[in-house]
Amino acid sequence: MKNLNIYIKEKKMKSEIENEMKLEFISKSANEAFARITVAAFASQLDPTIEELADIKTAVSEAVTNCIIHGYDKKQGIVKIFARLKENEILIEISDKGKGIENIDIAKEPLYTTKPNLERSGMGFTIMESFMDEVDVESVVGLGTKVTMRKVIKNKLENEESDDEFEMITKE
Amino acid sequence: MESKFYEEDKLLIFRITDEIDDFSVQKIRRRADYDIERYMPRKVIFDFNRVTFMDSAGIGLIIGRYKFAKMLGSTVELSNLTSSIKKIFEMSGILRLIPITNLEDEKYINKIG
Repeated sequence: MKNLNIYIKEKKMKSEIENEMKLEFISKSANEAFARITVAAFASQLDPTIEELADIKTAVSEAVTNCIIHGYDKKQGIVKIFARLKENEILIEISDKGKGIENIDIAKEPLYTTKPNLERSGMGFTIMESFMDEVDVESVVGLGTKVTMRKVIKNKLENEESDDEFEMITKE
Repeated sequence: MESKFYEEDKLLIFRITDEIDDFSVQKIRRRADYDIERYMPRKVIFDFNRVTFMDSAGIGLIIGRYKFAKMLGSTVELSNLTSSIKKIFEMSGILRLIPITNLEDEKYINKIG
């Protein structure tokens, strides 16, 4: 049993990941699915639960939609995504060089939208904030906006009833 | 998206089969409004059974159809919400206006397969 524990600890240490990726694409809403699926595929290296993965996809989708609809406002531009995995955390930066946000606090308020005529709900930032652990928005009017989000992926080995599993192995 | 209208009950069921985001929502909206206006149903049900992803675009979609249907004297209900879709609708508060129904309970489930 002792040996097994040591083996598992070593294995866990080895699985601590450090990785980075960058993604750039034209601000077309057809690319939203591409963006969220790509980030989710990258995040899957941290072995997230299905729910954690859904949270990441939704938050990415909201941020990318904001770049396309608000940042570039139907004009063509480039949306950039940078993501980094470190230990059990994913950091995602999503940025545009669009028109920027005048008042970030107001923009973040639930139900606030500058485009109600497009049936926008004004829930984008609220959803990002509740699905991710940390959301930070930097914006300069005329220069663009960058949203930085972090989420801790809870280690499955610690979460699940892993002890039961180990007992089963040792019994064999 | 598939839709089916039940004349005898004046019920219109939309079965959404796409991921719901800002891109796909434009197509869904056009089709839904066209069918609602064409059939003038008493009740509209959106079935989310096959929806694998939804972001806040789905909130706008449902609020918009709710308003449009109401204008034409119809009501809207939602069916088969997964936990993450339900979470997004709950955040927006629209579930206070729009009830969740269970399509499995209704006789229609076999007909729209």
